[in-house]
Parts: sequence; C-alpha cells; structure tokens
Amino acid sequence: MGISLFILYKVILVVAVFAISLVIAMYSTYAERKVAAFMQDRLGPNRAGPFGILQPLADGVKMFMKEEIIPQVSNKFLFILGPSIAMFTSCITGAVIPWGTSLHIAGHDFTLQVTDINIGILYVMAITSIGVYGIMIGGWASNNKYSLLGALRASSQMISYEVAMGLAIIALVMTTGTLSLRDIAAQQTGWHWNLFYQPLGFIIFLICAFAETNRTPFDLPESDSELIGGYHTEYSSMKLGFYLFAEYINMFISSAIISTLYFGGYNMPFIGRLGLSHNLEAILGIVFLFAKIFFFIFFFMWVRWTVPRFRFDQLMNLGWKILIPLSIFNVAITGFIILMFHR
Amino acid sequence: MTVYLFAILGFFAILSALMVVLTKNPIHSILYLVLTFFAIAGEYVLLNAQFLAIVNIIVYAGAIMVLFLFVVMLLNLNEETEPHKSVLRKLIAVIAAGLLLVVLVGSLKGADNMSIKPFSQNTGLIENLGKVLFNDFLLPFEVSAVLFLAAMVGAVMLGKKDIK
Repeated sequence: MGISLFILYKVILVVAVFAISLVIAMYSTYAERKVAAFMQDRLGPNRAGPFGILQPLADGVKMFMKEEIIPQVSNKFLFILGPSIAMFTSCITGAVIPWGTSLHIAGHDFTLQVTDINIGILYVMAITSIGVYGIMIGGWASNNKYSLLGALRASSQMISYEVAMGLAIIALVMTTGTLSLRDIAAQQTGWHWNLFYQPLGFIIFLICAFAETNRTPFDLPESDSELIGGYHTEYSSMKLGFYLFAEYINMFISSAIISTLYFGGYNMPFIGRLGLSHNLEAILGIVFLFAKIFFFIFFFMWVRWTVPRFRFDQLMNLGWKILIPLSIFNVAITGFIILMFHR
Repeated sequence: MTVYLFAILGFFAILSALMVVLTKNPIHSILYLVLTFFAIAGEYVLLNAQFLAIVNIIVYAGAIMVLFLFVVMLLNLNEETEPHKSVLRKLIAVIAAGLLLVVLVGSLKGADNMSIKPFSQNTGLIENLGKVLFNDFLLPFEVSAVLFLAAMVGAVMLGKKDIK
C-alpha cells in the first residue's frame, strides 16, 4: 500500500468514525426523549418532521442561536477550554475501537480500526482520566460557588469509579493476555465472549461506566433539583451544548467499549459457518457491533428512566466500600483460576 | 521528522515547566504542569515507550494533578490572598533548588560514556517491561509495592477523623 493511499484511507476512516459518533450522539438525544416518553406513557417529540425526526437539528439550531454569556469575573480562556476538553476527550476515544475485521478492496487489506496501539485499553483509561479536567476547569472558571462544588462532586465521583474500573480491566487483561483492543475482539470468536469468563468484572465495569458517563443513577454532578445544574450552571448557548453533547458521545463510546471488551465486539456466533465472503462477513460484523452498541445505549436510557439517583454518600460508599473490594476479589479469583486450571 | 518532533515537544516541555514557576495563579501553574507531563509523554512515544507514556498520563496528569487541582480549588488560593514571603525564605528555596540542579548534572555527567543499546521495535513493549520487572528487578519492585501499601494505610489513617 502506497503512503498516499494509506493516508487517504486513514483520513476517510477518521472522518467516518467522527461523523458516526456525532450522528449517533445526536440521535441519542432524540431516542432518549422517545424512550422517556414511552416509559412515562407520553408521545415525546413529534412536531419537527415525521415522528419528530428532525428534533435534534431543531435543538442544535436553538443551542447556536441562544445568547452566549461569559461571566465578567471568570477567566475567559479557561471558561472556553472547559467544554472544549470535554468534547475533545469524548471524540478521540473512538480511535482505538476495532469497528470490524478488515475489508479486501483491490488487493489491499483495509483494517477497520483507526490505530491499533498495543496498549489500547490503557489509552481509553487515560482519556477517561483526562476528561475530568473538562469538568474541573469549567466549574472553576465559572467563578461561582455552586459550579465549583458541582465540579468537585463530579470529579471526585469520576476518580472514585476509575479505580474500580481499572481493577475490573486488570482482571480482564489477565484472562485475555493482551492490552490491544483488536486482539481482545479477535479472541472472542463464536461464543467465547469475555462476558462468560468475567461475569463479575462485567457488572463492575458496567456500573463504573454509568458513573463515568454521569448517567442516572449516578447523575449527581448535574442533579438539577439540588445543584441547579452543577458544574455547568454558568454555561449557556453551544458551550452548554458541548457539555451535554459530550455526555451522549461518551455514552456511545462506552457502549462500544463494553461491546468490544465483554460482548465479542464485531463477532457473532455461527457467522463463520455460513461460508460468506470475507468482505460480506466484515460488513455484517460492523452491523452486529452496532446492534450491540444500540442495545447498550438503550440500556443506559432504560436505567435512567427506571432508577432514582443515589445520595452522594451512598455513591461514595458503593464506589469505595463495595465495588473496589469486589473488583480486588475478582482479580484474586481470576488469578487463582488461571494458576490452577490453565497451566 | 523525529528530530523535529523531539525539538517541538522539548520546547513545549521546557516552556510550560518555566510557566509553572512563573505564573502567579496556582491553578494556572497546575495546568501548565499538566501540559509539561503531556509533552514528556510525547517524548516517551518517540522513544517507542508507549506504555510509559500512557502510564505517565494516567498517573501524573490523570490522578495526581487532579488531586492538586482539588486541593488548590478547595483552599481557594489566588493572587490576592498570596502570602508575602520573606527574602530569607526565597534565598533558601533558591539554594535548595540549585543544589538539586548540581546533583542532577553530576549524576548525568557520566551518561556520555555509557553504552547505548541499539534501538529495537520491542524496547517499550509491555511484555518485555513485565519480564524485566518480574525477573531482573523483582525485589525492588516488591519493595516499592510494600511502600505503596504503607502510604495507602497512612493516608487512610490520616483521613480518619477520630481514631479510637
């Protein structure tokens, strides 16, 4: 493959991943309102276009048109930097996710992954931990007590749940023996999904994913009724939009990561027996991956409109006193089983 | 290409390290320190040590600096409330930092004569790192683990309001 062709293919892939993340996040806002409406026996948005399908566009236009307010006393650069970091970190995680196997076109092998770094999972962890800065900087630069307290709340929640998440990943890495997301996805052919080898790890990871994306029952950073919006109280217009939109992109990306780590990624049982051509199988793999992702996005919404939110002390107790000991136990038991039965 | 990247990253690392010391606002200092860590992580990637780069970001930029931010935000330090420091204290700080510089220069002076292993693609891979850590450096590794455990227990003890 020539260097110019390589660059062209990577650019196309990056743009495609970026565009798909944005479009899915956009329609997640619509889906969220439809799911909420369904659960509460309402109709949901139905005015803009057929079935309200243009509602996200209308929301976007509304966000752009609103008056933009930057508090006089706050640091203007940091005030703008906050939502930018939130948006940036949620967009760049998609680079390491394997969206499918590979496509053979005109004698070349095009891998459906932007980059396969051999430490893929750690990259995801690093980006998650950087995401805290968006909230902290935004909350601090607002120069408002409520924003600052909201930011501290949000970041302490994210830091606490990162620990349990990291320990759940350690147990997973012990069974897979690799940190590359591509290898982890490739190992899970047929029914060899990591879910069956790491059921406890999966539950811990899922709970932590809810906490990291600030979704109910862990949406304490926002909790509109008590904190007046938390860290983004002072934000308006598209800067507020960036914070809210970043949450939906995070939801999409974490659904993709959960599917890749525990639910076989692009693999589907029995697909190898049908004797399909390589390209068709790869395309079906993408479809399967997205079906799993959509299921998890729905699951995020399902939980949001079913469960009430925690109190803050309950959240901290769950994180530090239940999830971390459980995940350490999971690491220990995984190590024990590997040592006993797989030598 | 690599040389240019090295120069650019080194420039940013030194510039933001200087800004850490020179800015008056402690929050800005911390954010510049985070930038420094990112530049250094970039240098690690150039040396093919991706694991070290990512761990540098997770541990320093992602955890320690966030805690620094926490403390500074909660104490609400800013330019107006900065305590006045006497000349003597400034002098002591300069001498201490200068001594550290002498130590660093002295320890790196002999680096010219050291034999450098030829660069290989496998240098920074996590498998090799794990093998080295658990074979050649097992004792120091375990000792540092005990040290971390002691630090954790100490932190929990300090965090308790009343010890019975």
